[in-house]
Amino acid sequence: MTNHFDIKVPTMAEMMAAGEKPEILFWVGCAGSYDERAQRITQAFAKILTHVGIKFAVLGTEENCTGDPAKRAGNEFLFQMQAMMNIQVLDGYEVKKIVTACPHCFNTLKNEYPELGGNYEVIHHTQLIQELINQGKLKAEGGDFKGKKITFHDPCYLGRGNGVYEAPRAALEILDADLVELKRCKANGLCCGAGGAQMFKEPEKGKKDINIERIEDVLASQAEVVAVSCPFCMTMMRDGVKHFNKEQQIEVLDIAEISAKVNGLS
Amino acid sequence: MITQIIFFLIFAIAVVLFTIQVKKISQNIKLGRDINRSDHPTERWKVMAKVALGQTKMVRRPIAGIMHIFVYLGFIIINIEVLEIIIDGLFGTHRIFSFLGGFYNFLIGAFEILALLVLIGVIVFMARRLILRLKRFSGVEMTAWPKADALYILIIEVLLMTAFLTMNAADYKLQLAGFGHYIHAGSFPVSHFLTGLLPNQPEKLELIERACWWFHIIGILAFLNYLPYSKHFHIILAFPNTWYSNLNNKGKFTNMSSVTNEVKAMLDPSFTPPAADAVGRFGAKDVQDLNWVQLMNAYTCTECGRCTSVCPANQTGKLLSPRKIMMDTRDRLEEVGKNKAKNGKDYEDGKSLLDDYISREEIWACTTCNACTDACPVNIDPLSIILDLRRYAVMEESNVTGSLNAMFSNVENNGAPWKYSPTDRLNWAKTE
Repeated sequence: MTNHFDIKVPTMAEMMAAGEKPEILFWVGCAGSYDERAQRITQAFAKILTHVGIKFAVLGTEENCTGDPAKRAGNEFLFQMQAMMNIQVLDGYEVKKIVTACPHCFNTLKNEYPELGGNYEVIHHTQLIQELINQGKLKAEGGDFKGKKITFHDPCYLGRGNGVYEAPRAALEILDADLVELKRCKANGLCCGAGGAQMFKEPEKGKKDINIERIEDVLASQAEVVAVSCPFCMTMMRDGVKHFNKEQQIEVLDIAEISAKVNGLS
Repeated sequence: MITQIIFFLIFAIAVVLFTIQVKKISQNIKLGRDINRSDHPTERWKVMAKVALGQTKMVRRPIAGIMHIFVYLGFIIINIEVLEIIIDGLFGTHRIFSFLGGFYNFLIGAFEILALLVLIGVIVFMARRLILRLKRFSGVEMTAWPKADALYILIIEVLLMTAFLTMNAADYKLQLAGFGHYIHAGSFPVSHFLTGLLPNQPEKLELIERACWWFHIIGILAFLNYLPYSKHFHIILAFPNTWYSNLNNKGKFTNMSSVTNEVKAMLDPSFTPPAADAVGRFGAKDVQDLNWVQLMNAYTCTECGRCTSVCPANQTGKLLSPRKIMMDTRDRLEEVGKNKAKNGKDYEDGKSLLDDYISREEIWACTTCNACTDACPVNIDPLSIILDLRRYAVMEESNVTGSLNAMFSNVENNGAPWKYSPTDRLNWAKTE
């Protein structure tokens, strides 16, 4: 699939130099910046923002890891160092509102930065997409998903971590698709296996990997598309699909990619 | 008169012994670090009313939840009857509340129905453990004692309820015979079915009635004194435990203020950290490094295993079991408490929660997904203990696997957990 990206993404520095201010800062996150697959999610979301005419900017090279993986792994020093540096940058640009496509960045910025002096309105990209759908700015015109069986895998740090269950489903509900829930969903959702810094280490000894257990739920649902809304879930779910050699049958897509697709943006 | 004195002595000894045990537990809990969990009292009362009193998280699993509500309601409401028994015992009266008339009949009738529901609930619970052998009730941490503990509780409840109903049946039969002081009082919707099983001689009936009465009340007092040694202590601690539970979004982990001071001092050399904030170590190696709410959590845990049954690590065969984290914390805390009582306040036995009870392999298997904290019917938080143990391993010992160390140094040097150049961060936005 060739991916055509022709949007000029402004940075905060550029905006400031031009004497402008964005409505919202798009916090891309490390996965969204560097991971090849997650970059496509980032691009899809940037296209959505541009399409609906939201004035946004990114930090670009001034963005730094939020410190989430360090914190979950017990390195509170490193986390707070990252947090304080990021807060300095964000406050320097007088950022008020942040949107991010990563539930880990979302959770950390929203819940853990305020005590360290960083107070912003932080939303997850699925919440913004839900809002845009409600405002009629995003539609479901493309027929790509018509009649397809689609399921959604809840990310822990969006769902249980912050009680956001409906926003990601909003983008799927307007599709002309056959929406199915996994047997473990919402508050009972099963982790993909990447959280708590597991993404950056080998799993402990066990019977199987957690993402395999999760993909078994997907196989049982007979879904053809697994929607995710976290770049780490994306990696884990794709690996799980590969494990069962189901790449031809099961597609893993982020909510932003699905929205971009049905709005003719990809 | 002599029976009244005996009753008073038994009752007083039971209360004193129970108070001593509760005090020991309270002292152990106070070994934990301080944490402020008294904010937002209104919200806290609401959480307690919903979760502990209202059992809202119990009924997420309907069969166990409804059976538990039977036993819970029975336990609480039948205690009104225990009040009557205590007054009767102390003053040598019989059915002192019977002056309430119709309302008394209603109460006794309600107690009987509840007692039957308790029996049904308890028998279902036994069947789940002994016949159906639900997976949730086994596991490495479910050794002989925890399994026996669960059965003792259920057996005691069967005995207490049976004694209560038999006592009523005998009483009712004596009432019908117009024997002695057995006045017409109460209604017996359940126990009147048992009257046929009892002898007809009033003397024998009186003996049965008295025996059951004594068995019932001594049984309850003995059970009370069993609680502090048992997982069943949850019937008391569930209430404070939910009141003091974490009100924040589950995704929010605490920011360590001791670290904040050091980080501030590093970033700004002119910053002087407040001196009063002297902390022992970063994170937790042993139970005293945990806060008192975490320690109370350990005493509240009734080992139901809902946490472990939803843990992704446990389900995929890893060693981690959130229930074990709580049970280990309690066991270690008991050990530390006993050591201090025996050998003085500053005694160190050279053991610790981390390594001697909870292994590194367990703490590193956690995905911090919060399934365990969400599943717990009384808002216990095993995840916070796992995180504190990790914090100790990382910040005090620098004892982590190479890949995590690599992640740390990447975050520190490249601003990302992977080894990419910060200058490439915007590459995704390159137009083709």
